[in-house]
Amino acid sequence: MLNLIFLFPGLTLLLLCFFKRQEVVRWISLLGSILQLLFVLSLLSFYLQDVKLINASTTLYESSLPWFKTLNLNYHTGVDGIGLAMILLTAIISFTGVLASWNISLKPREFYFNLFLLSTGAYGFFIAQDLFTLFFFLEIAIIPKFLLISIWGSGKHIASANKLVLMLMAGSAMILVSMLGIYYNGSHCFDISVIAKNGLPVKVQQILFPLLFTGFGIFTAMFPFHTWVPDGHSSAPTAASMFLSGISMKMGAYGCLRVAMALMPQAAINQAWIFLTLALIGVLYAAFATVRQTDLKYINAYSSISHTSLVLIGILAMNATALNGAVMQMFSHGIMTALFFALIGMIYGRTHTRIVSEMSGLQKVLPFIGTAFIIAGLCSLGLPGLSGFPSEAKIFFGSYAADGHFIHLITIFSILSIVITAVYILRMSGSVIFGPLSNEFSPLKDGSWYEKYLIVILVGTIIFVGIYPTWISDLIQYGVNNIMLQIKDHSVAVVPHGILNI
Amino acid sequence: MNSLSIILIPALPLAVFVLNGLFGKVIGNKLAGILGTLCIAISFVLSLSIAYTFFAVSKDGAYPAQIPFKFDWLQFGKGINVQLGAIIDGISVMMLIVVTLISLMVHIFSLSYMHGEKRFATYYAFLGLFTFSMLLLVLSVNIFQMYMGWELVGVSSFLLIGFYYDKPSAVAAAKKAFIVTRFADMFFLVGILIVSSIGGSLDIPTLIQNLGQAGAIDHLHLGTTFIGWSSLSTGLLFIFIGGAGKSALFPLHIWLPDAMEGPTPVSALIHAATMVVAGVYLVARLFPIYLFSAPEILRIIAYAGAFTSLFAAIIACTQFDIKRVLAYSTMSQIGYMIFSLGLGGWNQNVHGYTASMFHLFTHAIFKALLFLSAGVVIHYVHSNDMRDMGALRKKMPFLNIVFLIACLAIAGIPPFAGFFSKEMILNTAWEANGFIFILGVLTAGLTAFYMFRLYLSIFWRDAINSEDKHNSHPHSSWLENLPLGILAIGAMMAGFIPFAKFINFDVHIDETSNFSVTAIAIAMAISGILLALFMYKSDSDRPRTMVSSLGSLYQIIYKKFYIDEVYLFFTKSIVFNSIAKPIQWIDKNIVDGFMQLTANFSLFLSRKIRGMQSGNLQYYMMFFMAGLLLLFILCISI
Repeated sequence: MLNLIFLFPGLTLLLLCFFKRQEVVRWISLLGSILQLLFVLSLLSFYLQDVKLINASTTLYESSLPWFKTLNLNYHTGVDGIGLAMILLTAIISFTGVLASWNISLKPREFYFNLFLLSTGAYGFFIAQDLFTLFFFLEIAIIPKFLLISIWGSGKHIASANKLVLMLMAGSAMILVSMLGIYYNGSHCFDISVIAKNGLPVKVQQILFPLLFTGFGIFTAMFPFHTWVPDGHSSAPTAASMFLSGISMKMGAYGCLRVAMALMPQAAINQAWIFLTLALIGVLYAAFATVRQTDLKYINAYSSISHTSLVLIGILAMNATALNGAVMQMFSHGIMTALFFALIGMIYGRTHTRIVSEMSGLQKVLPFIGTAFIIAGLCSLGLPGLSGFPSEAKIFFGSYAADGHFIHLITIFSILSIVITAVYILRMSGSVIFGPLSNEFSPLKDGSWYEKYLIVILVGTIIFVGIYPTWISDLIQYGVNNIMLQIKDHSVAVVPHGILNI
Repeated sequence: MNSLSIILIPALPLAVFVLNGLFGKVIGNKLAGILGTLCIAISFVLSLSIAYTFFAVSKDGAYPAQIPFKFDWLQFGKGINVQLGAIIDGISVMMLIVVTLISLMVHIFSLSYMHGEKRFATYYAFLGLFTFSMLLLVLSVNIFQMYMGWELVGVSSFLLIGFYYDKPSAVAAAKKAFIVTRFADMFFLVGILIVSSIGGSLDIPTLIQNLGQAGAIDHLHLGTTFIGWSSLSTGLLFIFIGGAGKSALFPLHIWLPDAMEGPTPVSALIHAATMVVAGVYLVARLFPIYLFSAPEILRIIAYAGAFTSLFAAIIACTQFDIKRVLAYSTMSQIGYMIFSLGLGGWNQNVHGYTASMFHLFTHAIFKALLFLSAGVVIHYVHSNDMRDMGALRKKMPFLNIVFLIACLAIAGIPPFAGFFSKEMILNTAWEANGFIFILGVLTAGLTAFYMFRLYLSIFWRDAINSEDKHNSHPHSSWLENLPLGILAIGAMMAGFIPFAKFINFDVHIDETSNFSVTAIAIAMAISGILLALFMYKSDSDRPRTMVSSLGSLYQIIYKKFYIDEVYLFFTKSIVFNSIAKPIQWIDKNIVDGFMQLTANFSLFLSRKIRGMQSGNLQYYMMFFMAGLLLLFILCISI
């Protein structure tokens, strides 16, 4: 049943091959993404029912097909709470991404095709239970990014696309190498649950963990491998920015959690301090860098680095609450940043500038977009009642509850980010949305229907999660329990043996 | 206790926010205002009924706290739960009445005052949001719930200060207010983390049970940190810093005077009566913990409060913008409330607790009255500057009377409300700490002086030029006069409430009143008033001679001790230029530069290697032979 997740994206991709006109392809894409969203929602409700029946947190809807028998490669899929939260995020962003690129006129069919290919990769990645399958879908999602940025991008888009793909490929290479290391030093298979159950020798973990974590870390924009983010996001077309920072960066964090942490908990405990330090630097450094930015997209890109580094802190704290908060933050930040990029796209489409100092007082002519912009900003700076607040609070409380003075200090310093975030958010919205309106902007028109739908959906999700965070936190908890069990089982028991044999 | 009515008290303003915010255009301005006022009126009536039922039942003279309802909102791990709920005890009931009363007065007042404003419905939506958030804060049963209300009042204040968003000064003031208080909130959050991890809960009653009992601290075996405090004390200090930001204590006060950019009724509600006392309420809420587990922090609190009250009173004497004078006066009075609480740091003196809450109550009434009256004056004169005013007593006889009542109340002249609460605070200070007592008495004298300077400059000081400038008749609306009248009656009568009977820390400790302290306080107030009369009763050269005799000292005070400039230096030169700018440079040139270098290096390498695959057979042959040779050598050597 789970593999039906590819049904609607696949059908849409197929249909897109036969049509070319903008009016047709955008409706096909919209329909496809709506059906997919409905499918994901029903999957969610089935999962919530079934998981209560089983009364245990395991991976559900598993299916396995042999892919390449001699190497023990299987197409093994299944979901748990964490995966489902990410799938829901992907579905929402795909849907709103189609709305955000409603007016794309340059090669619309190819544009939507790439968009759907990207989301297909993401779905596959989040349901994969097998390292090889996971890697396969991770790679599928890279190429469309390159095309989207280099063909539909703006500014120095070719250079940005090259940089993005090269850095992500470097990350992929690290992941591939460590996958092979895991394969040969473990159970000679790629199945995540089997590897987790058998465990890996500590010596192997010590070598492979940093490689794997850095590999996925590049996707998550971990300091100092974050430089693809600002350039990539700012050159990309709106929908691609939404995907990049809404889903792509989360794929990295998901990999860090699901693969690096869960398979190599012992090394994770030993080396957490290195990555915690990097993540803390990322949180503060990116926040300070944001303060100096003048371009709206750069502001949001740097702020994304800061927010996702917070996710890494939550993951590395290795505490159920912090993990839960980290995944919530992935979801919440995904929605928020997609909203931000969509709004920036709308503003840019009207004012033809993204430079903060060139805009002023847009609230007067664009009340709808302006209000949404303020709400997105307030979510970013962690206002209660919006989704960022419970997520960040969970990360802070969770990592403060972890043992050791080091992690306490990391937590306290990372809280400094809530002040810096307030500074840049208010600087940005203070001059773009508020202030006196200049004459050149007075004839601007407020959002059209598809823009309003997009805003309502994303803002609605932000508010819903903010007011009633328990539903998503409970959903995530099913997955977190699963991972915590794996971590607990093997955090001490593994006996080191022999040398690393790759 | 009826939990439905308690839920309704904050829920009604929230409903107003949602309705007016989403459907303001459909509802229309007039209806939006009436809807908001009606809902808050119901909240007020419900608060009164809760106060009545709560204070009707007493157990040996004490009123036990009740928790009518609470529910789980989010879990932060074992025992650390965020529960939203309501706690009903003396101080929360008192705050319920203060918040809903002042909010109702401001709602009514704004119906006329904000008339003709285009975004009238939005204004009422924001007022609703503020009232809801403040009530959420006041009713908090959980310290994290308090933090949530705390952040929400902060953002409502931001939205309302920046209500006239096309005015750059308003936007700047709103940003400043938000960022300064946010900086303090960071400490609050860290404090919550520390205290909750020591106390094992976020629930306030549980925390008080674990940490706020005599001797509770000894069971915890807390080590001392490098300053010599326990980590609990550090946590409690951080929580207080959060409160100091909201309550505009020195040195986190710089946002409050600028916040006067907002509409005047907003200043009355948020920046005089309710939100700015949140810090006082926070310390009062956790008072047992401070009292028993961290008396050294209470002493710090006392000094911070006393210093702020004198500091702000000195500045208030030199300012000309009437709203700013009132803002500094608010700071000064909040300093009073704070040091009154802090007096518990000496011999566990708990009279200050009652006195502080009493002063909070009376101050809310007369300060809201002052702000609303100032609003009427500003509308009439079209200026905030008291030098543009004068001789208004003939034009506005009603306003003259209510303003005088408020001034007498804040100056501490019996039998007006402020006298009773101030006298109680000074009595406690006399018992606890002489130094703070002296600061308090000095402040009392200055308060009387600057308030009457303000009053006389507006309503007397028969200037020559101001007479002809405002020959129009001030329009007076019953919607504005009604709240003024009600608050004036409150400012006259509130002192007679037997406050100590209702709100006290321990029923068995009787309050003592020292006649000589009362006499000193009254004497200071009267001499302050007399000095003001001497200088400002009529237009004269006396203020100018006074200023020139003070010389540069006056300039320093007038420039508010240059604290703003210090902050500007800190943020501009240090944060922006010495941190953010270098980081931006490093990111662009070093971090990204390294990545570029890697790419360029591989490009360079690939160009070199490319040469090998030239398609030239001779080259291939050469490589082949060289490889064979190498293998051969390897084989031999092994």
